[in-house]
Amino acid sequence: MSTPATPAIGARKIHPADTTFRLSLHAAGAVVVIVLLSILAIMFMGGKLAFDTFGLGFIWGTEWNPVTQIYGALPAITGTLVTAILALCIAWPIGFGIAFFLTETCPEKLRTPLGVAIELLAAVPSIVYGMWGFFVLAPFMSEYVQPWLTSTFLWIPPIGDSFFWFTAPPIGVGMLTAALILAVMILPFIAATTRDVLLSTPQLLKDGAYAMGATRWEALTGVVIPAVRGSLFGAVFLGLGRALGETMAVVFVIGNAIRMPDSLMAPSATIASVVANNFPEAEPGTLDLAVLLALGFILFVVSFGVLAVARLLLRQERMS
Amino acid sequence: MVAGMTIDTQQPAARTPRTTPMAAPTVTATSAAAAPTLIRLEHINAFYGQKQALFDVNLDIPDNTVTAFIGASGCGKSTLLRCLNRMNDTIPSARVEGAIRMDGTDINSPAIDPVQVRTRIGMVFQKPNPFPMSIYDNIAYGPRTHKLHGSKADLDELVEKSLRRAALWDEVKDRLNKSGLGLSGGQQQRLVIARTLAVSPAVILMDEPCSALDPIATAHIEALIDQLREHTCIVIVTHSMAQAARVSQRTAFFHMGKLIESGPTDQIFTMPKLDQTQDYITGRFG
Repeated sequence: MSTPATPAIGARKIHPADTTFRLSLHAAGAVVVIVLLSILAIMFMGGKLAFDTFGLGFIWGTEWNPVTQIYGALPAITGTLVTAILALCIAWPIGFGIAFFLTETCPEKLRTPLGVAIELLAAVPSIVYGMWGFFVLAPFMSEYVQPWLTSTFLWIPPIGDSFFWFTAPPIGVGMLTAALILAVMILPFIAATTRDVLLSTPQLLKDGAYAMGATRWEALTGVVIPAVRGSLFGAVFLGLGRALGETMAVVFVIGNAIRMPDSLMAPSATIASVVANNFPEAEPGTLDLAVLLALGFILFVVSFGVLAVARLLLRQERMS
Repeated sequence: MVAGMTIDTQQPAARTPRTTPMAAPTVTATSAAAAPTLIRLEHINAFYGQKQALFDVNLDIPDNTVTAFIGASGCGKSTLLRCLNRMNDTIPSARVEGAIRMDGTDINSPAIDPVQVRTRIGMVFQKPNPFPMSIYDNIAYGPRTHKLHGSKADLDELVEKSLRRAALWDEVKDRLNKSGLGLSGGQQQRLVIARTLAVSPAVILMDEPCSALDPIATAHIEALIDQLREHTCIVIVTHSMAQAARVSQRTAFFHMGKLIESGPTDQIFTMPKLDQTQDYITGRFG
C-alpha cells in the first residue's frame, strides 16, 4: 500500500531573509534609543563639573558672572519659560481660530490653498524670522507697541520691587518681541495639528449634535471639543516644545541679557540663546563649557518632558 | 383623504396576477391605522453635486405610524430620510428640491431655520453616537441647548422621563453621572433615542438603527419603536425586510432614487402591486 508523497508539516525552519529583515528592523529601532540616550549621557557628563561646583543650586542660582566664575541657570530658565508661554498665549487662540475656520466655515475652494499657506509658514527658516524680527518687528515694537503697553498697563501693581510687567524702556528687543516671533513660528504647528484633530472627529458625532438641533457653534463647543480635548492640548504642547528649544530667531530679538528680567519687555536670554552666544568662547575642560552643557541638559529634560506630555495627550481620547 | 387607503405608487398598477402565491415573511404588525398625514413630500429631487440621488418622490407620512423605507444600498432611502430633518444642509454639495409639508409649512424652504426643523424632527443614526459626556448630560443636551427646562428639578424629571420612555431608566438610574460611552451598544442606541425624546420631537427618523446591534439589542429597540409610535411619527430606514415587516405599518420601496411602491406594510409584503417590489421582497433582486 503506497501513500502519495505529501510535504511534511512539522519541524520549524529558519527563513534567512525573514530573519535578516526582522533583525534589521530591531537595529533601526535601537539606533534611535542609543542616539537619544547617548546624547543625554554626554550632555550630563559634560555638564557634571557645573553640577559638582554649584550643586542643584545651579538650577535656581540667579547670578551669572563669567568674571567671578559664578553661574546660575535661573535667568536663562526664566527667559525660556516666559517667552515660550507668552508665545503660546498669543499663538493658541489664533491657531485654534485658523483650525476652526479651515474645518468648519471655510469655503471648500479655499481650504487647500489656505492649508498649504499655513504649512509654508512652518517652512520659513528661523534665521529669516530672526532677521525680520530684528529689522522690522523690533523697531515697530519700540516705536509704537511698547510705549502704548507701558502707558496702558501702568496701573498693574508690580510684583515686589523687581518686576514691573509692562513698564520698561522701549528698546524694541526683549522677551515680548521674542515671544511674538515665537508665536508666529509655532502658529502653523498649532493650527495644523488642531485642524487634523478636528478632522479626525467622527462625522457621526457632529451629525448627532446637528440632529439635536445644535448650531455649528453649539456642536463645536458642546460636543466636538469635549470629545477631543486631550488631543487639542497635545497640539498646544507640541507648539510649546518647539518654542522652548527655538534658538536662532530668539538670539536676534531677545537682547541677550543674562539677568533676572524686571518686566515682560525686558531684554533677557533663553537657555538656547545663552548656549549659542557663549559656545564659541568656551574652552574645553573649563567651567564655562561645563555650564553650557549643563544648561543644554536642563533644556533637553524640559523639552523631553513637554513632548512626552504632548504625545500622551494626543494618544488619549482618540475616538474610535 | 385616508392615508391607509391611498395607493401611493408612482407607476400604474400594471402587474399581472401571479399564478402561484409567493412565500411572504411573517407579518406581525397590524394594518395601518387611519392616521392623519403628518408630512407630505411633494416632488422631491435631491442632488449630491452633479449626481441626482432622488427623482420626483411623492409620499405621505402619517402620524402615530412607523413608516419603513426599504430598498437596496444606494437607492436613496437614507438621502430621503436626511431630507426630512434638513441634515443634507450640512453637506455643502447637497441640494434638495421640492416641498416637505408639515403642519402646512414647507420645512424644506430656504426661509425655514434648519436648526428648528431638527428640534421638531429627531434622528437616530446607524451606529450609536452618544456624546462624550455623562448619561445625564447626554439626555440634558437638547433641553439645555434649547433652554427648554426651568429648574434643575425640572431637568432631572425630564431626564428620568426620557430614559423611562426609552426603556433604559432601570439599567442606568444608578450611574447617571458615568460616561455614556461605557454602555453597551444596545444601551447606547437607547440612550441616543432617549436624548432625542428629551426635546419631544414630533417625528423620529431612524437610519438603520439596529445595523450595529446584536439580535437581543435589536429586539429591545424594535419593542421600543412600537411603544414610541403612540406619541410620535417614526420613519425607519432598514436593510432588513423582516425588521420592516415587524415594526412598520407603512412601507415605501425605493429603487435607483425612485419611489417604486408604497402602502400598508402587510399589503406590500403579501400583495405588492409591482413585480419589482415582489422581487426585492422575496430576495430575487438584481
